Amino acid sequence: MQPGSELVPVEKTDRVPDGAGESAEVVAAGPAVYVAPAWKLTWWRFRKHKLAVACLWVFAVVALIALAPEFFATQDPNATAASNAYIPPQTVRVLHEGRVTWPFVYGVRGERNQRTLRMEWALDEETRYPLRLFARGYPYRLFGLIPTDRHLLGFEGATGRDTPRLLGTDRLGRDQWSRLMYGTRISLSIGLVAVALSTVLGIVLGGVSGYFGGWVDNVIQRLIELLQALPPIPIWLALSASLPRTWPVTWVYFAITVILALLGWTRLAREVRGRFLSLREEDFVTAARLVGASRSRVIFSHMVPSFTSHIIAAVTLAIPLMILNETFLSFLGLGLRPPAISWGVMLQEAQNLQSVVNAPWLLIPGLLVIVTVLALNILGDGLRDAADPYSS
Amino acid sequence: MHWYILKRLAIVPLMLFLFSVIAFALIQAPPGDFLTSYIAELAQGGSSLDQAQIDALRRQYGLDRPIYEQYFLWVGSLLKGDLGISLEWRRSNAELIGERLLLTLALTTGSLIFTWLVAIPIGIVSATRQYSAVDYLFTVLNYVGLATPNFMLALVLMWVAFDRFGVSVTGLFSPEYAQAPWSWARFADLMSHIWLPMIVLGVAGTAQIARVVRANLLDELGKPYAEMARAKGLPEWKLVLKYPTRVAIAPVVSTLGWYFPQLLSGGLVVSVVMSLPTVGPLLLRALVGQDMYLAGTIILIFCVLTVIGTLVSDILLAVLDPRIRMDAA
Repeated sequence: MQPGSELVPVEKTDRVPDGAGESAEVVAAGPAVYVAPAWKLTWWRFRKHKLAVACLWVFAVVALIALAPEFFATQDPNATAASNAYIPPQTVRVLHEGRVTWPFVYGVRGERNQRTLRMEWALDEETRYPLRLFARGYPYRLFGLIPTDRHLLGFEGATGRDTPRLLGTDRLGRDQWSRLMYGTRISLSIGLVAVALSTVLGIVLGGVSGYFGGWVDNVIQRLIELLQALPPIPIWLALSASLPRTWPVTWVYFAITVILALLGWTRLAREVRGRFLSLREEDFVTAARLVGASRSRVIFSHMVPSFTSHIIAAVTLAIPLMILNETFLSFLGLGLRPPAISWGVMLQEAQNLQSVVNAPWLLIPGLLVIVTVLALNILGDGLRDAADPYSS
Repeated sequence: MHWYILKRLAIVPLMLFLFSVIAFALIQAPPGDFLTSYIAELAQGGSSLDQAQIDALRRQYGLDRPIYEQYFLWVGSLLKGDLGISLEWRRSNAELIGERLLLTLALTTGSLIFTWLVAIPIGIVSATRQYSAVDYLFTVLNYVGLATPNFMLALVLMWVAFDRFGVSVTGLFSPEYAQAPWSWARFADLMSHIWLPMIVLGVAGTAQIARVVRANLLDELGKPYAEMARAKGLPEWKLVLKYPTRVAIAPVVSTLGWYFPQLLSGGLVVSVVMSLPTVGPLLLRALVGQDMYLAGTIILIFCVLTVIGTLVSDILLAVLDPRIRMDAA
């Protein structure tokens, strides 16, 4: 049985789940009943899905990084140093000479191989840099406002070019950890903005389609079918290839979100229309109409509440797709372009077998893509199940 | 039945017309036209054209005419089998696309067959053993498969193959067969290379389609006819395979409508990473080099393939599911 899905008399408070006691309002008139709004019911059901709740936390961490990447970064993500190219990750260790110590990283020593002329990096176990929390580093403005030089992680005794690279460096000697933090901001926000655009398109067109029906519905549905039959990546590539090369990074960024939304709204429109049509037939909507509620009251206080949770779920499931699409476009070199940093732009460094064999750590941004997309997919599925009043 | 197929066929020209308009719009999308890029290229090479020559060329290619006339000129030449000339390669587009298209089709259909062969049994097992370890395992694989960009999978597999076994699994042919004419030996060589990209391309779809089969089969297993057969003492495996499975896998055929475009899309990325001689990398190069007639032609070919794919799936669905062909008649 769903918590609160039936009218629960005051005397039987033990049947109301935790949290219901303080939040349910008592309707004064007639016999006292608990009433919980639809979103609260959804939240109670969602909370029972432990994995989805865990994924919500994962997403919260990623979102936090996207909000303030400067704080999580350890170096300037665009600082290049050709002599520091392809340094392997300097992992955090707690064991030194067989004893557990405060977390630290070893230094590295580079030596040029005289035969291949490649730099070869080896751990330098003589130098140790203890990890420090909230340490001082390069100056920046938090949220673009507050000037500070505090960073989440720092290394005692290491400054400037010696600062250890937790995830190694790329072809130009840039610190991957810091780039990953900055890339999170762009990759996540491009997903969110593109989904916001396609949600607006989807809700408007899906709503119009479901509300008017008839030939309007027919035209919109055929348009959706046509767009869904197009192979998306080639079309996206062609559209972004036609963006002028001279555009500044921010213009390209917004153009890419528009391009992604252009083909991305169809699923949401389908979802909205389907919801609209099925809700119209629901008993509670009929009941509301029969007791004489006005049309706007039927739509806004009866249909919309049972509608929004589905839309939120559908939107949550659309974000990971957008993130993946941006990754594909940038990976192929037709999405965001350097100096913009996104996960796809970073993965472009690992585009062929040779670079992966030489520097496997270049694939790490891909792991973050997988984790984020996985978390959002599970979160979205959890929300969708929770939003469905008939699910067990 | 025939009526249904005829009705379905009638939509095809309309779809093709709309797709050709989209492809043409994409060709026209970048600033400048065929000629301005040609002139720019000549200027790079040190030579130049005077205004009279430019005008002559403009007339010759019909670039001075209104846009809709240009569209009909383009479609007209396509219908005559003339795919135009690639600016960048200085060869006819048909020649460039030719074998690559064949290999693209081989890769895509191979992946499709792989997907179905693997996804349907997985779906059946997951549904009949709901909430078992096997079911959970496939659920996890489904989520991971959906979250992994296929180029990541390709790169990791290539890396493992190189690191552990010292083989480089790129391309579709060994060097000695790359330029050779078709022969049985070349075909065998192709088969020994194509399976890995086929699997890489099919993994995400396999997981999705297995979910479709699982959900459909779960719906069917609870229906009265299944109960009835069970009550009459039919062995469970026989029951499942004989009745509900047939109902449950019919909708899989209709997934072709969205799965085929997805395979073409994904094939592009996998081909770039694994350096496969398919149409995908050619399209990417054409787009980067603004060789828009070649790019537009390839995109139109993709669209035509999709139309054929959906047509085949609709007809198959009608053959498999009597409710659909009865409805339409």
